[in-house]
Amino acid sequence: MNYETVIGLEVHLQLATQTKAFCACSTKFGQRPNSQTCPVCLGFPGSLPVLNEQAFHFAIKVALALNCRIQDLIKFDRKNYYYPDLPKNFQISQYDMPLSYDGFVHITSGGAPKKIRIKRVHLEEDAGKLIHPEGENYSLVDYNRTGMPLLEIVTEPDLSSPEETYDYLTKLKSILEYLKVSDCDMEKGSLRCDANISIRPKGSDKLGTKVELKNMNSFKNVKVALEYEVKRQNSCIEDGTKIFQETRLWDAAKQTTASMRLKEEAEDYRYFPEPDLVPFVVDKNVIAKISSGLPEMPQAKAERFASEYKLSSYDAAILTAQIDVADFFEEAVKIYPNPKVVANWLSGDIMAALNDKNIGIKDLGLSASALAGLLKMIESGAISGKMAKDVLKEAIATGTDPREIVQKKGLSQISDISKIEEIVDAVIGREAKSVNDYKSGKKNALTFLVGQIMKESRGKANPAIVNEILKKKLGN
Amino acid sequence: MEKLHSYTSHKLTELLKNGGVKASDILEDVIKRVESVDDKVRAFVFLNKDRARISLSGSKDKGRLYGIPVLLKDNLCVKGEETTCGSKILKGFKPPYSATVARKLEDAGAVLIGKANMDEFAFGSSCESSCYYPTRNPWALDRIPGGSSGGSAAAVASDETIIALGSDTGGSIRQPASLCGVVGLKPTYGRVSRYGLIAFASSLDQIGPLTKDVEDSARVLSVIAGHDEMDSTSVEMPVPDYTKSLVKDAKGLRIGVPKEYFIAGLDKEVEASVKKAIEVYKALGAKVIDISLPHTDYAVSTYYIVAPAEASSNLARFDGVQYGHRSAESKDMIDMYIKTRSEGFGTEAKRRILLGTYCLSTGYYDAYYLKAQKVRTKIKEDFENAFKTCDCIITPTSPTPAFKIGERLNDPLSMYLSDIYTIPANLAGIPAISIPCGFSKTGLPIGLQILAKPFDEETIFHAAYAFEQNTDHHKRKPAL
Repeated sequence: MNYETVIGLEVHLQLATQTKAFCACSTKFGQRPNSQTCPVCLGFPGSLPVLNEQAFHFAIKVALALNCRIQDLIKFDRKNYYYPDLPKNFQISQYDMPLSYDGFVHITSGGAPKKIRIKRVHLEEDAGKLIHPEGENYSLVDYNRTGMPLLEIVTEPDLSSPEETYDYLTKLKSILEYLKVSDCDMEKGSLRCDANISIRPKGSDKLGTKVELKNMNSFKNVKVALEYEVKRQNSCIEDGTKIFQETRLWDAAKQTTASMRLKEEAEDYRYFPEPDLVPFVVDKNVIAKISSGLPEMPQAKAERFASEYKLSSYDAAILTAQIDVADFFEEAVKIYPNPKVVANWLSGDIMAALNDKNIGIKDLGLSASALAGLLKMIESGAISGKMAKDVLKEAIATGTDPREIVQKKGLSQISDISKIEEIVDAVIGREAKSVNDYKSGKKNALTFLVGQIMKESRGKANPAIVNEILKKKLGN
Repeated sequence: MEKLHSYTSHKLTELLKNGGVKASDILEDVIKRVESVDDKVRAFVFLNKDRARISLSGSKDKGRLYGIPVLLKDNLCVKGEETTCGSKILKGFKPPYSATVARKLEDAGAVLIGKANMDEFAFGSSCESSCYYPTRNPWALDRIPGGSSGGSAAAVASDETIIALGSDTGGSIRQPASLCGVVGLKPTYGRVSRYGLIAFASSLDQIGPLTKDVEDSARVLSVIAGHDEMDSTSVEMPVPDYTKSLVKDAKGLRIGVPKEYFIAGLDKEVEASVKKAIEVYKALGAKVIDISLPHTDYAVSTYYIVAPAEASSNLARFDGVQYGHRSAESKDMIDMYIKTRSEGFGTEAKRRILLGTYCLSTGYYDAYYLKAQKVRTKIKEDFENAFKTCDCIITPTSPTPAFKIGERLNDPLSMYLSDIYTIPANLAGIPAISIPCGFSKTGLPIGLQILAKPFDEETIFHAAYAFEQNTDHHKRKPAL
C-alpha cells in the first residue's frame, strides 16, 4: 500500500519588543544571567502582569500578514504546570480564544502553488533557561528569557512532505522578516520549530498516529529530521511494528530521532482565564492602522519587481525572499539603473558569498552604493567584468569600497586610445608571423594577438578597444 | 494625652493641628498599647518600632494621614519587611517592593507599624489557620476575631493601631469587622490596586480599611483608591473625596432588604439587631423596600469553586525554588516540590489547593469552574436588578457573633458558612461595608452590612455615617 505523509508545524517566535510581555524588563539577548528580571517576571507574590502594547501590535501585524481573522475580544489564560524555569508555575498564554485564527501562507509544491492553512496565532510568555553544570548535582536557572513575548504560529496538517515543510518555513520566515517583528534567528532561539508528523494510507481522511518532533535548530535540520521520520514510520508499517504517540528529539550528531516521552495521555494544563488581565475588545481603528502600515509583502514585491524591473519571475522571487536583499537591490538600482545587471550580480556572486558565509546581506560589509559603483566602473570600461569579480571578492573579504580597491591597486582599465595604440603597434611589430597568418585568412591568429596585447598591458587594456584598434591596423 | 491610641485618625489629625500633640506622641502611645495588650490579643505578627520611628522622622510632608499609625495585614508587601501571609512556606520572605497601598499610605504621611495576623493565605474566617497563633477577639479572649483579616480587626478594636488594612475575598474584612465591633470596608473590585497584595483569588480579592468609625474609613479609601498602571484590573476613574459623602440623615435614601438573607441559621440576636437598624433608618427618613436576590443560595458553593480554583494556580509559585521555605530533605526536583509544599502549607491551604486543582481538571472544568462562572453572572445580575429600585442594600454581616476558638476548626463546612452574607458582594464585585449595629446579651459585637452599586462607595459612606452618627455602638470599647 502507498502511504502519504501528513505534517503540521508549530513555530514559536520571539517578538523583538523593547521590553518583556508583561513587565518592563529589557529583552536584550546574551546578558548576564538573571540581570534582566523584576518581581513581575520572577513571579514574586503580589506582582501583577500588564500587557505590553508593542507585543500586542506585533502579534496583530503577524496575524494580518498571515491572512488570519482577529478575535473581537482578547483574553489570556493560564497554562498550569510545574517546572523551575517557570517561576509562577503557570504560563500566561491563550487557550480557547487565540488572538487570531484561520489564516494561510502560500508555498510552492513541485512547481505548483499550494495554500497552507494557519490554524491559530497566539501570544504567550516565554520560560527561562535551565543550565545543568557538567558533573554537578544541581541545576542553575536563568530567568532573563522568562516573560519574553512569544507568538505561537500553528498550521493545520496541510504539509505533505519535508520539502513542503522547508518551503513553508522559508516563506514564513520571509514574511516575518518583512514585518520586522523578530530577528527570526534559530540559533539564538528567537525562532523555534516543532513538527507533528504522521503517515496514512494514500487518500485516507483519517490521521495516523502523531509523533511530535523537537530539538531541530535549523530549517535544514527540520527537513532532515522529517525525512528520517518519514522513513522510520514507513518501515514501522512495513515491519508491522506499532507507531507510538510520542515526542521524539532530533539528534543532529547521530542524524536520528529518539523517543523522549510517550504521550499516551494528554497532559492536563488546567487552563482557565487569567484573572489578572482584563479581557479587552480590540479597537478596530488600531487594526486598521496596523493594517495600513503593513509593508509590501514578499509575493507582492516579487510581482512588482518582475513588472517594474523587467525581471524573470525566478529572479524576482530570489531577490524578494529576504527583505534586506530586496531593499539592497532597489537601493543599488536607484544609483545604477540597470536592474538586470544588478539582479545578476546579486543573485550570482553576492548570494553565493552570503550562503558561503551563512550571513545576511547587512553583515556582508558591502553597501548597495558600493555595488552600484562597481557596476558603473564596468559600464564605463574602467575595469573589465573579470576584474570586477576579483574586486568584489576582495571588497567582501576586507570590507573596503570597490572604488578604493581599484584606485589603490591601479587596476583601472586602460581605455586611453593612444596608450593602447602604442602597445598594439609594439605587438604587431614583434609578431610578424601571426600578422601574416591573420592576413592570409587564419582568423584565430587575431585571438593570439589580442592575448599578447592584453598580456603586455598586464590585463588592463580594454579588450573591446584593443579589438577595434587591432582590426583597424591590420587593415579590415 | 495617654488615651491617644483610642482616638480615630480624624480626631488625631485635629489634635496634631490644634491640640499640641506631636506625631511621635501618637506613635509612642500606640507602641505602649501594643506592648501592654497584645500578649492577650495576639493581633500582631510583628511590631516594627524602629522602622516606624525612622519612617516618622523622615515624614516631613504633612499629608492627609500624617502621623497616623497603620497596621497592614501580613499579605501586603512592604519592601524589606518579612511578609508571610501567615504561612510557614513564606517564612523569611522579604519582598523587594512595596504594595501600592503601602506606598500610598506612606506618601500620605501614615506610619506603618507592623504586620497583622491572618488566616494562612487568607483561607479562613477565624484567624485560626495562621502558622503563628490564633488571634483572640478583644471582646472575649476565648473567641475568634473572625477572619481572615482577624489580626487587623482585633488590633483596631483593641486600640493597638489607629487604622488597619485588610483584604477581602469572600468577607475577610467585613466578617472580622463585624465580630470585633469595628468598621470594615470592601471597596468595589478595581477601586484599589492589588499590586503587592499576595493573591488568594485574583478576581475576588480587594484591599480595604478597618477603622474605628465611618469617617476614618472614608479618609483611608480616599488615600488608597485609584488606578495603578501596575494593576490591569484597577479602574481608571477619578477618586472623589469620600469624606464629602458623610451626611447625618438618610432622607430619600432607598434601602433594599433582601428576604433571602433572613433565613434559618441566622442568630436571633443578630436578626433582632439588624431589624432594629432598619427601624433607625426609617426614623432617619429612609425608604425601606423588600427586595429579592434569588440566586443567593448558590453564592457559597459558587465561591468555593472559583476562589480555590484561582488560589490553586496563584499558590503554585510557592515551590521552594526562589524564596521562602525549601525542604532540606529533598532528593530531586519533584521530591523538592512535594516535600516543600507538604511541609510549608497548612491543612486548610492544602484542602483549597486540592479543591481548586480538581475543579480545573480536564473533565471537571465545564461542570464546576465554567458552571460557577455562569452562576456568578446570575448573582451579579441579581444585584443589578435590585439596584434598579434601591440605592443600597442592608443585611447582617455575619449570621452569628464571634464563636469560640476551636469550635469550627474541624468542621470546614460550618466555617465556610460564616461568610454566607459577605460572599455575594465579592462575586458581584460590588462595594460593601460592615458597621457596628449592636451587641449580643453576652456583649459580643454585631455588624450590619451595607452594599451598593459598583463604584458607589459614596452611597455606602452616606448610609453608614447616618446610622453611626445616630447610634452609639461604635463608641463602646472592649475591656482589656
